[in-house]
Amino acid sequence: MADAKKDEILFNHNDDGIDRRGFLKCMAWAGTGALCVLQGGVLKSYSLGRPSEIPHGALKGELSFVQISDSHMGFNKPANPDVVATLQAAIDKINALPAPPAFLLHTGDISHLSKPEEFDNVDQLLKSASAKDVFFVPGEHDVLGDDGKQYLERYGKQAKGGGWYSFDKNGVHFIGLVNVLNLKAGGLGTLGKDQLEWMEDDVKHLSKSTPIVVFAHIPLWTVYPDWGWGTEDSAQALGYLKRFGSVTVLNGHIHQTMQKVEGNVTFHTAMSTAFPQPAPGSAPSPGPMKVPADQLRNVLGITDVNYIKGKHSLAIIDSTLHTADGA
Amino acid sequence: MKKTLRIFGLTASLVISFTLLACGQKAQSSGSNSNQPASAVADDQSASATQVKIDNFSFTPQTLTVAAGTTVTWTNHDDVPHNVVSTDKVFKSKTMDTDEKFSYTFTKAGTYSYFCSIHPRMTAAVVVK
Repeated sequence: MADAKKDEILFNHNDDGIDRRGFLKCMAWAGTGALCVLQGGVLKSYSLGRPSEIPHGALKGELSFVQISDSHMGFNKPANPDVVATLQAAIDKINALPAPPAFLLHTGDISHLSKPEEFDNVDQLLKSASAKDVFFVPGEHDVLGDDGKQYLERYGKQAKGGGWYSFDKNGVHFIGLVNVLNLKAGGLGTLGKDQLEWMEDDVKHLSKSTPIVVFAHIPLWTVYPDWGWGTEDSAQALGYLKRFGSVTVLNGHIHQTMQKVEGNVTFHTAMSTAFPQPAPGSAPSPGPMKVPADQLRNVLGITDVNYIKGKHSLAIIDSTLHTADGA
Repeated sequence: MKKTLRIFGLTASLVISFTLLACGQKAQSSGSNSNQPASAVADDQSASATQVKIDNFSFTPQTLTVAAGTTVTWTNHDDVPHNVVSTDKVFKSKTMDTDEKFSYTFTKAGTYSYFCSIHPRMTAAVVVK
């Protein structure tokens, strides 16, 4: 069977003073679930398998939050017959972090079939997370049959149009975008004119030193067009962010981690908490991928994001649901 | 002579009632979801020619050619939901989970492109002659 998924860690090496030994030590921890934090230019690593060993305050970046994605509540096929258990495992992982994240971002496909009980289940489970605020954007599975009307009623009360919105936390500007509505035959994800106009206006008056985090379901960069893994008009959106020194784009949809750095923009996609999907082109289609039962938690996971003032990119740490004691 | 006519008449009425029975069953299922037409014997030979299989994020056959008046049935064999949406807004199915079906009866000749609006890269067409 394919290699168990290892944790991946993304760093900005440019001005952080990490020496090779520190970096390698960090990577060696990666298999067990490591947290590597940049503080004042010094890299420290901690094992997530033994969270009690992490000193309080070790994670004091300016802001930390967790991205989860693709919970697909209601899915019950062989690739994962119990998506409730794996979402709970993800929440347990969040709760075991040394410091509670400020909030959660859910990058969509909350439900599998847009059924009310599926949304209710996710809401109920998230109540036990250490972070009480959760910000959502919809996936294509959340807007079935009603063009997103139910999604908006549940999660889009403060949002505009199809559910887009922005907010600020600790000096970081967050933009939630919707690219799963009004999809055209043969096309990719779509943002649309109204949303783009809103976004241009939303960032117009921000100073270019404001760190920006954009989150949306379908990747805002072209990962693999044959499988619909991209957004038709994302170039226009990214154009509005060209002048900013730090832009982080967080997406879901593809059920695997992938990252790309382009200038000041870091793109990152998260694992699902429900089921994995194949690497681009490695299977006939992008559907749920079955792995041996004891490997499942190695390919599902959460993403911990830390922003430290003065550093221009955010530290993004993916960790799987696998725990050191095999639980 | 008379005997032959009588037998012919009997056979004719049998054929007519059989056809009416088959048509009645077909009519019940046109344009409906999750409702497989109870196949009369006459349907079996042409069953595969009026079916579209949805699997691996694709419609098979990608182009289906049928005669006007045919009911086409889509069945989702994939393990994620899909739907069937005509690009010219002629027909639109509900969301189909695994094993669910959608049927539509094409009465007018033409080419009907459609796609899955959940996974829009999935495109196909029905050509009605």
